[in-house]
Amino acid sequence: MAFLKRSPWILHYDASSCNGCDIEVLACLTPLYDVERFGIINTGNPKHADVFLITGGINEQNREVVKNIYEQMPEPKVVVAIGVCAASGGIFRECYNIVGGVDKVIPVDVYVPGCAARPEMIIDGVVTALGILEEKREKMAGAAQTKESARRAAGEST
Amino acid sequence: MPERIVVPFGPQHPVLPEPIHLDLVLEDEKVVDVIPSIGYIHRGLEQLVQKREFTEYVYVAERICGICSFMHALCYCQGVEHIMGIEVPDRAKYLRTIWSECSRLHSHLLWLGLFADGMGFENLFMRSWQLRESVLDVLEDTTGGRVIQGTCKVGGVRRDIEKGKLDEMHRALDPFEEKCREIGDVFLNDDTVKYRLQGLSVLSKDEAYALGAVGPTARASGVPMDHRETGYAAYGDLGFKPVVETAGDCYARCAVRVKEVYASIDLIRRAIEQIPEGPLDVKVKGTPDGEYFSRVEQPRGEVIHYLRGDGTKHLARARIRTPTLANIPPLVKMLPGAQLADVPVVVLSIDPCISCTER
Repeated sequence: MAFLKRSPWILHYDASSCNGCDIEVLACLTPLYDVERFGIINTGNPKHADVFLITGGINEQNREVVKNIYEQMPEPKVVVAIGVCAASGGIFRECYNIVGGVDKVIPVDVYVPGCAARPEMIIDGVVTALGILEEKREKMAGAAQTKESARRAAGEST
Repeated sequence: MPERIVVPFGPQHPVLPEPIHLDLVLEDEKVVDVIPSIGYIHRGLEQLVQKREFTEYVYVAERICGICSFMHALCYCQGVEHIMGIEVPDRAKYLRTIWSECSRLHSHLLWLGLFADGMGFENLFMRSWQLRESVLDVLEDTTGGRVIQGTCKVGGVRRDIEKGKLDEMHRALDPFEEKCREIGDVFLNDDTVKYRLQGLSVLSKDEAYALGAVGPTARASGVPMDHRETGYAAYGDLGFKPVVETAGDCYARCAVRVKEVYASIDLIRRAIEQIPEGPLDVKVKGTPDGEYFSRVEQPRGEVIHYLRGDGTKHLARARIRTPTLANIPPLVKMLPGAQLADVPVVVLSIDPCISCTER
């Protein structure tokens, strides 16, 4: 699974943002910033994704969709909350329909500030997330190894 | 009779940057009916007028949508200015026009890219977005923000563009237009693009009118309706003719936007040449008391801000009708008859902006 670090695939979902951060996420993929040169690809399929980029403060109707997408992503996975709305609700915090922050619905690993977040900051956020993804992967690999050796030890004794 | 099946499209879907849900009723591969459902981005911004002062609400209005952010602020400010009887200085009007047209350029180039991506033309997608970055550079240079500008305020504008900068922009327009015409030529004349788009999901002139289509969707069906003709901001001085196509198919909707890119470049050029000297804003005294329907032509069509003030610093009511909401009934009319594989292209052809729609 060492390929994860070299070619992470991202999934982007707009959970009640104003679109500003979303078009900046897309701008990261296009020629000026071109994150594809690092192997980062925007995929539409949660089952293929390693990094979940989410924007906006999440409203009541989106809550289930976000949970659903998060649960469909395979482990290890990281969540990057983009923009100030995703961190706290931002300018929409007082709106009646806004939950106020992605971390109220799913666990978040990295917060990217800004309204709208700049492409450079989004790329920086994803790079930070990759470090966390690597840690999670090692932890999973370690746990799997411990389990395997415990199973072997148990198998030999019986 | 073939069996009918329902295929859900969205809210999370690869071609949609934003969530909208369509239930497609299919007979084999052919769409026979469409049931749209919205509400994934509804935030309840209209109610925020009661919590924010009328001068502060400009920032909220800008964030109704990140793509046409400047024009939402403009529409709101024009409404409040009309209620309060404020006459905005001429230089501010010209600057508003220049920034509006820059927003339209970046919005149309963004859409052209997404549309090319929707029909599988990856190269064209990248080329359009590359060009769009040069517009964003100008916006960032003159306003400080790439997508959210924050320069429009009640009574005028917050920043000036210096003469040197304006000259620089004017010089950059010719090479920029040349590049736009290069990719525009592909959209208009490439055989594969034509084969994919011509005759797809035709909306007739009468249908477009009856269903209340606005913006490029209406103009592609031959309805010559463009709110810039009424001459708000500086459009009255610049002389403006709407771009109209008559075929009403996806190709015509694409052609209208390509030609509007050229028209916007031309408008910016003339605005820079004619911009007068003078102050940027007037002092705002008092509070709004009265009501007004403010209308502005956005990249996607006509946006309406209904504003009512009751003499306090908070407005009593704001009602925002955005162009994509008006274009959903025409979309429901267009889709039946299309193949399932063409659905993403048809949906994108109205340029859906869901953040706008749901406020």
